[in-house]
Amino acid sequence: MNSPTTPSDSYLLPGLPKPVASRDGLDTAYWDGLRDGRLCLQFCNGCGKFQWGPEWVCHRCHSFDLTYKDTPAEGILYSHQRVWHPVHPALADQGPYVIVLVELPAADGVRIVGNLVGGPHQELVIGAPVHGVFEHHPDDEPAFSLLHWKF
Amino acid sequence: MTERTLRGKAAVVGVAETKYYRWGQSPDPEFKMAIEAVLNVCEDAGISPRDVDGFSSYSNDRSDASRLAAAIGINDLRFASMQWGGGGGGGSGALANAAAAVATGQAEAVVVFRALAQGQFGRFGQGPRNNTISGTGAHTVPYGLMSAAQQFAMKVTRFMHDHGVGHDAQKAISLASYHHAQNNPRAIMYGRPLDEETYDSSRWITEPFRLFDCCQENDGAAAMLIVSADRAKDFARPPCYVLGAVSGSHHRAGAPVHNTPDYGSSSFPTVAPRLYDMAKIGPSDVDVLQSYENFTGGVMMSIVEFGFCSPEEVNDYFTFENFVAPTGKLPLNTSGGNLAECYMHGLELNIEAVRQIWGESTSQVPDVNVSMVHSGPMVTPVSACVFGSEAAL
Repeated sequence: MNSPTTPSDSYLLPGLPKPVASRDGLDTAYWDGLRDGRLCLQFCNGCGKFQWGPEWVCHRCHSFDLTYKDTPAEGILYSHQRVWHPVHPALADQGPYVIVLVELPAADGVRIVGNLVGGPHQELVIGAPVHGVFEHHPDDEPAFSLLHWKF
Repeated sequence: MTERTLRGKAAVVGVAETKYYRWGQSPDPEFKMAIEAVLNVCEDAGISPRDVDGFSSYSNDRSDASRLAAAIGINDLRFASMQWGGGGGGGSGALANAAAAVATGQAEAVVVFRALAQGQFGRFGQGPRNNTISGTGAHTVPYGLMSAAQQFAMKVTRFMHDHGVGHDAQKAISLASYHHAQNNPRAIMYGRPLDEETYDSSRWITEPFRLFDCCQENDGAAAMLIVSADRAKDFARPPCYVLGAVSGSHHRAGAPVHNTPDYGSSSFPTVAPRLYDMAKIGPSDVDVLQSYENFTGGVMMSIVEFGFCSPEEVNDYFTFENFVAPTGKLPLNTSGGNLAECYMHGLELNIEAVRQIWGESTSQVPDVNVSMVHSGPMVTPVSACVFGSEAAL
């Protein structure tokens, strides 16, 4: 488990919308897990597989018996983008940053989105292993955590 | 059992638009532009606006059908339809809905329209400004993934990676669009040609999209008038028949947080074969193509998914020479399209496809009988249609 870090360690400049669990509770366990330094994704008790993003029914077996289960924050770089043009005032002075789409082999290959920690100009290699890095914002209102990646 | 199809059952008898503006430049409110587009299309077709009896739009158009009907004083509203989905994915889907309505006797004269003033209601290229975000956006926006360009860039990158495609393929699309806009006085980029050097030195928006790979943000409105094939014979121009019009998307295209199984896709893998089946044509029959460019990379995957070339042929097939009217192998986006005519959410592409059938394009391809449109790559649902002349029936 990673210890909480201060907002000054955040990958992106502060001021973007902060994630909160959806009002219907569909992804509450995910956001609570990130705050504990765990990657916790939706898991189907009907067919024993992960699915992501979360939904009220399993797309494979149509079971409603869905729960959440921890999975290692270890993945494979599936795709990426280096963003240059800011579309939010908070990022006006950010400069280029990297968004990655990460496939999680231990979670039946579901994908999640994060940033790639390190310089924005590092080589981006699809298929390379990436390791999770939690970014905690305990003092924000509301508090939240994000999950980034590094080679 | 009779064949269930739209082929040859409906026709376009009028097309029109307002003046097109850069975002924020329209002196008129969005709804006023919608009215103007409807009146203009009736004038173009030569019918009384009071005889319009249906409206069909997409992407949650704000110009409510009943308000339009009341404002214009139409006699009898018989059809009001909105295609699900955002982006321009519904451009041909709205046409399909209108064609179905007139083919099945639900209505007689349906206006397909889109009115969009990004300067008045918010620009599509800007992120949300709230303090918090929930739902699927919570899984992307805090990572700085919030604009349409950012939503689609990783699909294109994955496709290019899988098939060894270089950046010049995207450039060819952009250069052809800007080239065609130089012939089109309606185009925002009329008088603003784009050369290779300017493209190459333009700034990145998000890789793999440079500035000139991205659509504009505009204000305006556009409309098409659809009637049954029988009635179309009474109008001044020869009918522009709907040979096929379909919508949808491939397996789990809407899977949240970028989990679509076939990810590097324009969402047409299952839609394209259905369109060809309905229209009873193949790729080699298409005389001219309008393919929606939210971003050039989407056009690239659309053209592959419609079978004009294989993924491995993209680097060779995607050249300015191949895409330019009238001589190219596949003249593409001949009005300038979303990149260089106007981002009228792709309805301008459907209109241009009709003008090619009528011989009224500003970059006319000779002897067009089959004219195809792709609407809204990479979103879901997407849609597509084929227009045909009498000879193509």
